Amino acid sequence: MKRDRMLFLLGAALAAVIAGGPLLPQWALFILTIAFAQGLVALGLMLLLRAGLVSFGQALYYCIGAYTAGGLGRAFGVSDVFLQMIAGAAMAALVAFVLGFLLAKYRGIFFGLLSLALSMILYGLIVKSEALGSTDGLNVARSTLFGVRPAADWVRYAVAVAAAFAGLGAATLVHLFLKTPLGRLAPAIKDNEIRVEYMGASVRYAIHVQYVIAATLAGVGGALAATTVGHIDPEMAYWTTSGEFIFIAILAGTGSVLAPFLGALLFGAIHGLAYDLSPHTWQMSLGTALLLVIVFLPEGLWSLFVRRRTA
Amino acid sequence: MDQIGPVVVDGIIYSAWLFIAAVGLTLIYGVMKIVNVTHGSFYALGAYAGASAAGAWLARGYPPMLSYAVLLLAAVLVTLVFAPLIERGLLRFMYAKDEVVILLITYALFLILEDTIKLIWGVDPYFVAQPYALLGSFEIGGLRYPTYNLILVGLALVSGGGLAWILRGTRVGKLLLTVIHDPEMSRAMGVNVGRFYLVTFTFGSMLAAIAGSFTAPTVSVVPGLGVDVIVLSFAVVVIGGLGSVPGAALGAVIVGLARSVSVHYMPQVELFVIYSVMAVVLAFRPRGLFSLVEPRRI
Repeated sequence: MKRDRMLFLLGAALAAVIAGGPLLPQWALFILTIAFAQGLVALGLMLLLRAGLVSFGQALYYCIGAYTAGGLGRAFGVSDVFLQMIAGAAMAALVAFVLGFLLAKYRGIFFGLLSLALSMILYGLIVKSEALGSTDGLNVARSTLFGVRPAADWVRYAVAVAAAFAGLGAATLVHLFLKTPLGRLAPAIKDNEIRVEYMGASVRYAIHVQYVIAATLAGVGGALAATTVGHIDPEMAYWTTSGEFIFIAILAGTGSVLAPFLGALLFGAIHGLAYDLSPHTWQMSLGTALLLVIVFLPEGLWSLFVRRRTA
Repeated sequence: MDQIGPVVVDGIIYSAWLFIAAVGLTLIYGVMKIVNVTHGSFYALGAYAGASAAGAWLARGYPPMLSYAVLLLAAVLVTLVFAPLIERGLLRFMYAKDEVVILLITYALFLILEDTIKLIWGVDPYFVAQPYALLGSFEIGGLRYPTYNLILVGLALVSGGGLAWILRGTRVGKLLLTVIHDPEMSRAMGVNVGRFYLVTFTFGSMLAAIAGSFTAPTVSVVPGLGVDVIVLSFAVVVIGGLGSVPGAALGAVIVGLARSVSVHYMPQVELFVIYSVMAVVLAFRPRGLFSLVEPRRI
């Protein structure tokens, strides 16, 4: 079998985070961790985008993951990063499994609008629910790792490494998934669903599976964001949060499993830089960037690398 | 059940507001097949333009009764500046793209417009309460309501009735229906489809701006004002059926009543109810209650 360059790249990225992490300042570690959290959501969106579906409600699972992680800490005193991520993923997967039966029937604009409605339902629930902290949200206890509470200076590094394991591990699994027959079905579904059905494959089943995977990844991302930021609030389920994830996924493109994470890093960079330079026009910079990518690089930034390599 | 009167009155007022805010969205979708996220931006633009224009008008001591005309004029003018710019400058090059891609393009435009508004009007809130208080109030079932709310109901009736009349009763409306049905064939028959798109986009956005400018006196106009309106209008329009004007009216009434019932009896579930109705309708009638049959394309 031909050696897979992507697996090598992913391993190298993980090693880079572990080795380079201690050299980075705290704020950079924070940005890196959040980029992994958002990258995980965007990775899930990428799966759906390959099948031609745009979910305008991925914030639903991000928020579920975050509140599961937060709730775990409040109710049972669990602050272990990995346990929180697993719980967030499981809860998101469960909800997505149920909702998937409904959503797998939808395409195009209706898929987007229904997923938007579902995430807004959760937003509406949390906003008016005192037990879930209403609009103020809840605080999340400081993270621990395998029962060890890292020293204050090392919490960020520990969480960043955990995030790297989760993010790049998920990327590896998705990369392998894309080589399975089910994974390869997505672009075919985008091209022509009817032919896929004639071929003997079930479009609805394929979409359902990919939807659950996407939600699971978003759940992990949400749990990661909750423990990193130390605070959760209903904005995490609001439609603008979903918009940011779509932004990242479109920016990155569907060319590679590494792209969503680079997209998330770039998003963080544009966001931070624009916010720094002029606090009132950062959305304008984001909007312009998104517009330019859609118009000039419909396959996302990753297509730049691909073209250069083949040329 | 002594609350039933107020529930209905609140429901009607809220429905009227929702209808004005959302009907432009369904018009634009019906004609151009664009799910237009910038709709919320036009709502905000209208609110800012209305608040600042009416504020300046009243500050100069001009007759306060005319401030309603100023609100309307401000909304119309601000749309005439921005809508043609967006449609001619960008959107018209994008019609060949997928519906979802155009949705993302309007999302990008929405982000840009959010900050454009901040650049023009700053980040401080605007208040113009006079037009709201000016008309006094009326009483139904022992509860007082500001008469201003009747303006919203009137506007909703006028815009809904006007649209129905234009679409069914005029030459332009009939031409528009041909454009909706088959833009390419209409073009072949000599209809200036591009101009119809421009006018539809401007007119639809104008309705959002009018909703914004007439809401401005009742709220404090702050950045991010249009963000909620986008999803609310989506809900209204989707419930009724994307692209259907009577559907938007029905959607507005359903959402308006659902909200006022929940606000009166169970305020905790207000937002939950609105979006649940949207999700349930999408689940059982994906194309909305007044859906038009769409031929399957392979």
